[in-house]
Amino acid sequence: MVYVTRRAEFSASHFYHSPNLTPEENRRIFGKCNNPLGHGHNYTVEVTVAGPVNPTTGMVLDLKEVKALVEQEVLQRMDHKFLNKEVPAFASKLPTTENIAVEIWNWLAPKLLFGKLHQIRVYETPDLYADYYGE
Amino acid sequence: MVYLTRRYRFCAGHRLHNEALTSEENRRIYGKCNNPQGHGHNYVLEVTVTGTIDPTTGMVCDLSMLDAIVTKEVLEPFDHKNLNLDVESFRHRVPTTENLSIEIFELLRKRLEGQGNGERVRLARVRLAETEANFVTYEREENLAKRI
Repeated sequence: MVYVTRRAEFSASHFYHSPNLTPEENRRIFGKCNNPLGHGHNYTVEVTVAGPVNPTTGMVLDLKEVKALVEQEVLQRMDHKFLNKEVPAFASKLPTTENIAVEIWNWLAPKLLFGKLHQIRVYETPDLYADYYGE
Repeated sequence: MVYLTRRYRFCAGHRLHNEALTSEENRRIYGKCNNPQGHGHNYVLEVTVTGTIDPTTGMVCDLSMLDAIVTKEVLEPFDHKNLNLDVESFRHRVPTTENLSIEIFELLRKRLEGQGNGERVRLARVRLAETEANFVTYEREENLAKRI
C-alpha cells in the first residue's frame, strides 16, 4: 500500500457565530473570529489517497484526476468565497477547520474512482490544521 | 473523529549527558551534544487533539484553552531555559527530544483530559522537532492502526 498526497490552495473568508449561543457567548467562545464582517485565510488542503502501485504505470492513480476532482469539488466551491454565505454546506454549520475537512471528505470520497481516500488535511494557517479519516 | 493540530515554538538549552555513564562513554554516545557548556535549539512542538466535533461550536477543542494549557505546562517552564538545570524532571534524566516528547505528552494529557471536557477531547499525539532535520513523534498506540 502506498499513500499519495496532492496539495491544493484556496483563499476564503469566514466568521464563527452560532445561532444556538447568545451574542455574549459567541464573543467569548470565538473571540475575534466572531466579527460578523468576516476575515480570511489562505487555506492549504492535502488529499491523501491509498492504494497498491499499478505494475504497468508505476502509479497508485492518475494524479491529474485528483487534481481535476479537487479543482471541481473544492476550489470552485471555496476559492475566493465567503464560506458562511456562499457555500451551502456552511449555511447551517460553522466553517471551522474541522468541519471544512469533513465536508471536503464528503465531497471527494464518492467521486474518487481509483484508490481509497485515506486522509484530508486542511491547514487554516501553517500553525493550525485538521485531519479527517472518514470516521 | 477529527484530529486537530496546533504548532508552538520554544527555544531552550540542554546538554546530553547521562550520569550513569563514564565521561568517555558520554562523549562517544552523545558527541558534540555532550559539550559541558551546553547548546541550544529552536524547538517546534505540534500538539494533536482528537474528539468529536461539538455541533454548536463546530470545534473539537477550545483553542484558547489549548493555548493556555500549552503555555502554562510547556512554554513557560521550557522557553528560554536550561532544560537540565531549570526543569526539575530533567535534573537526572537526559533531555533528548525523545524524553522531552514523552514528558510533554504526559504534562498535557493530565491537564487536557482533566478539564471537564476530558471525555470528549483526547490528546492524540505530540511531535517535537529539535531542528528541521530531526523530530520525534509520541502518540497513543491506538492511532497507529489507522494512520500513516
